This record gives sequence, structure tokens and C-alpha cells, in this order.
Amino acid sequence: MQIFGIWVAAFLTLGIISFLYKDNPWYKVCESIFVGISAGYWFVTLFFDNILGLFWRGITAPDPNYMLLVGATLGVMMLLRLVPSIGWISRWPLAFVVGATAGFYLINYFSSNVMLQVQSTLMPLLGSRFGQPVFSASLYDTIGNIVIAGGTFTGLVYFFFSKEHKGAFGGAARIGIWTIMITFGASFGYTVMSRMSLLIGRMEFIFGDWLGLIR
Amino acid sequence: MTDKPTISPCLKVISASFIFLFFNIFNQTLFSQNPLQSNQSAPIYIPAPPTNVRAQDFKYDRGEAVEVRWELSADDTGSNFITGYEIYRAGEKSDSFILVGFVAPKNKLLIDKNVERGKYYRFKVAASYDGRLSYSEISNAVTPEMDIINWNLLNLFLVGLIVAGAVIYFIAHAKRGKKLFIRKIAGLEAIDEAIGRATEMGRPILFIPGISDMDDVQTIAGITLLGRVAKVVADYDIKINMPVSRSLVMTTARETIKEAYLGAGRPDAYNDDMVRYVTDEQFGYVAAVDGIMVREKPATCFYLGAFFAESLILAETGNSIGAIQIAGTAQPAQLPFFVVACDYTLIGEELFAASAYLSNEPKQLGSLKGQDVGKFLAMIVIIIGVVSATVSHAWGGEFFIKLSEYMQRIFTIQN
Repeated sequence: MQIFGIWVAAFLTLGIISFLYKDNPWYKVCESIFVGISAGYWFVTLFFDNILGLFWRGITAPDPNYMLLVGATLGVMMLLRLVPSIGWISRWPLAFVVGATAGFYLINYFSSNVMLQVQSTLMPLLGSRFGQPVFSASLYDTIGNIVIAGGTFTGLVYFFFSKEHKGAFGGAARIGIWTIMITFGASFGYTVMSRMSLLIGRMEFIFGDWLGLIR
Repeated sequence: MTDKPTISPCLKVISASFIFLFFNIFNQTLFSQNPLQSNQSAPIYIPAPPTNVRAQDFKYDRGEAVEVRWELSADDTGSNFITGYEIYRAGEKSDSFILVGFVAPKNKLLIDKNVERGKYYRFKVAASYDGRLSYSEISNAVTPEMDIINWNLLNLFLVGLIVAGAVIYFIAHAKRGKKLFIRKIAGLEAIDEAIGRATEMGRPILFIPGISDMDDVQTIAGITLLGRVAKVVADYDIKINMPVSRSLVMTTARETIKEAYLGAGRPDAYNDDMVRYVTDEQFGYVAAVDGIMVREKPATCFYLGAFFAESLILAETGNSIGAIQIAGTAQPAQLPFFVVACDYTLIGEELFAASAYLSNEPKQLGSLKGQDVGKFLAMIVIIIGVVSATVSHAWGGEFFIKLSEYMQRIFTIQN
């Protein structure tokens, strides 16, 4: 059975990779299998985890949690869009999800993306740490601090939408977008390397587990 | 006369050996005894117990934790005389203590998060060495209570209040009909061009709203931009194709496109099949979208929303079929791929700004202007904070030191 599974996995892997050549029937088969199985898998998972696991067991438990009925009601309201005459009701649960999530994440995002970001930028440009003699600071630390503080400031200038990017303001915005692009370059290289490790993993499967050429 | 008894030399040697052995054992027992290396004849080493154990409600939580503190054992001297502290908990009138935590030597705090609000608890702490325990006195009783307000987050509240106040002010300003200036965003002007190209070529438009659900603000921004795209699509009578990976996104996108077609006076041209659910599975969705791209060859591809590892796969496939591609996301790790492979990219907040710019709605415009106030304040804070930190660090000066510390404190989050 394990050997059969390896052959199926190899067939599907090569089918997906064949897309690099061009769209072909083999890829279409693999694509349809992938989409069909994953959609079915998610349906079954959501049904058993949420509807059966959370809702049904929750309200039929000896100590029932009736709050679950609120979620279930919102779910049923979503389904009402299948009835055209009262389809407008489905907008209410949608509004609830969007509004509640926005409010829920507001605090987290505000503390991590605003407060902590600003706090981390408030650093002495000359020197690495408070309490150390200024002339003991290495050039590396000093340049690093200037890049962090300057990059954050000019980045904010670039994302300021109430003023045209002209003159000195435009110059600062240009430095900001350069900083962002250099960061993207570093991030690109890093992510490409992680994708290479995924490719290596697949190749190990093909040449090792399937063909047995790698031990 | 009797002869004096004589001792044979052999007996002398044996007697001397016994005396030597006796003194040797006596000496080892009395003077070389290590308390940690006791033998059966020596007393068993037990470390001194921790003292002054006190329990108090963990502040500013929902009554789900208790803070237990104690003074270190007298044997906790850093010489491995104890292996740690075991913390035990019991109900108010119960004497059956259960182990709730273990901390290493030199620690004198444990936060017990397995308590229930409104119930009484008592604690005791034991210094441990090699399985031997010496227990402290039992602590005071404590009841975890819920605090309505977390005063540790007061600074977050005040800064948020300033930004939220600015947002509300500008929304009201925009609602009164006052014009709010927002600078042009390069990628936006390309939207009309890209749709025009699709019209000329007679090929469809592909719109991908990312793979997150409607609880992601990037998806919401993407759907707002979809409204604008759909309006032009309806005007030009072009085919739009929108495969999605979330059922709620499908519902919302259908509503949005339907409204755009109604607004353009062409409700009959709207079709539910314009928006299709594929699968929730990330790479299953990508495989399907790639297939759609190479088979239908859309003239223009929009990627506006939250994207993850699929970003480069989608953008590269779109590039290979020669489509004009406009992307926008606030996922920092995926932006480089869109910048490389797409014609225009809305970077981070530009996605949200574009949404406000195109919709021209007072709420969105006011939000954007209010956030600009927040950014302006952040810029001022960074200038003052960095200058004061640099001056105080390099040359001292009480004023700059206090200013620097104060600025740090304002933006420090305590949980």
C-alpha cells in the first residue's frame, strides 16, 4: 500500500511540474484531483469540526452552551441568500463578521504595528546602547541605527497621502521607497532560498523515495 | 614470682592495624562529611524552606490568573543545594494541595493560570533537592477577580483616541461636503488603462482577491477596488472572471459586482458565474487559477488582497501569458514578488488608500486622512525621540535624558 501511495504521489508531482513545459492533459488531471479532493476535504473538516464538533456537541452537552446558537443563527442567515426575496438578510452576518473582526484586531495591530514600531525607532543614532560611552559605539551599530530611524521616518513620508511628493518632502519619500525596495530585495532573496528548500524536498522524494537513486 | 606476660610481634601488628582503621573511619565520619553526600549513618539533607509565601490576584485580567511570590530558601545560594521550587495549590478549606508548577532556583514568582474566577485558593511552595521537599507556610487565601479596565494599556488607549478622534473629525468633515485632498497613486491610473486594453483585445479580466476571508482588511480593500473595476467592466461590457477560495468572499464579491452592474444600468448582463468558488486549499486554488490563466488568457490580471506563498506562482503565470498585471497587498513578504512580476504594485497602505481614493466615500476618505494625522504625529515623535536620545546619550543633560525616557514610556506596551 505504501508503494502504491509513493507511485501516486510521484505521478501527481510530475503532473504538476509538467506545467512548466505547458498546459497539458496530465496537468489538468492533477489539477482537478487536487481541487476536488481539497474542496471535499475542507467540507468534511468544517462539517465535523464546526457543525458537529463545536455546535451540535456544544448544545447537546449536559451543560449546554447556548451562545453557540448565536453563531448558528448567523450561519442560517447567510444561507438565506438562496431565497431571493429575503436574500438581503445574508448581509447582516457578513457585516457582523467584518465589523467584529476589525474591532478585535484593532488593538493587536495598533500595539504591534504602531506603538512597538515607534518605540523601537526611538534610539540614539550614535551608539548601540544607553549607558555606554558614545565613542565606544562601533561604526556598524551607528550606521544600523541611522538606517532604522531614517528608513522608518522616510517610509512614513512615502505613505503620507495628504501631500504631493514634491520638493524636500518628495526627496524624503524617494529615500523611503528606496529603503522599502532594498528591504524587498533582501526579503526576495531570503524567500527564494526557502522555496529552493521546498524544491529540494520534492526532488529528494522523486529521486530518493520513488526512484531510489538517493540513499 | 610470676613472669610478666609477653605480646607476640604478630599480635602487635594486628592491634596497630585495628587502631589505624578505627581512627581513619572516625576521622572520615566526623570531619569529611558533605551534607549532600550523606551515607546511611548521617542525617538526610533537606533544604531550608522558602518563606513569606503570598498570593495575590493577577492585575488587569479576566480573573484567570493568580500571582504567587515567595522569599528564596536560605539554601538557594547558587551552589546546587536546591534543584528548584514546587508550587502547590488548594481550595480555601481543603488541605489537599496539588502541584501546579515548578520553577528553577533563584526564581520567586509563579503565575498560576489554571484558576477560576471567584473561587478561593491558597498556595504553598516547597524547596526541592533530589526529590526531598521542605514546605513553606501556607499563603493567604486569594480570589481571582475580573478587572474591567486594563490600566496598563492606558497609553495605547490615549494614542488610539487621538488617531480615532482625527478619523471621526475628517469623516464628519468629508460628510459636510468639504474636499479632502489625497495625492494621486500611480497604480490606480493604470486600472482604467488595463481594463481598456482588455476591451481592445476582447479578452476577459481576471480578478483575484487573495486567499484570506472577509475578516481580513486586505480582502475588504480588494473587494472595494473590485467595485470600481466591475463598474468599468460593466460599462465596457467585458467578461470578468473571479475564482475565489472563500465562501464569504464569493458572496460579497457577487453582491459587489451585482451592484456595479445595477449602477451601470445593465443588471441583465450580470451573471453569478462571474464569481466562482474553487477550494479553500491554498495550492489547490493556485493550481486551478493557473489553469484558468493559461486556458482563458485574460488580458488583465488583478491581484488585490491578502496573498501568501502563492503570490509569485500566480504573478509568474500571468506574466507568461502576457497579461497586464496590477497587484496590491499588505503582506510584506509577498510584495517583492509582485514588484518583480507585475506592471503596477500597490504597496501596503497604498492598497487601502486606493480603495478610499476610488470609492470617494466620506468614511474611507476620512479614515485615510485621520491615519495621515497619526503618521504625522509618529514622524514628530520619531524626530523628538531620536534627537533627545542621541543628545542625552552623547552629551547627557537631565532634560534630554528625562525627555528620552518619557518618549520611550509613552510607546511601551505592558501586558
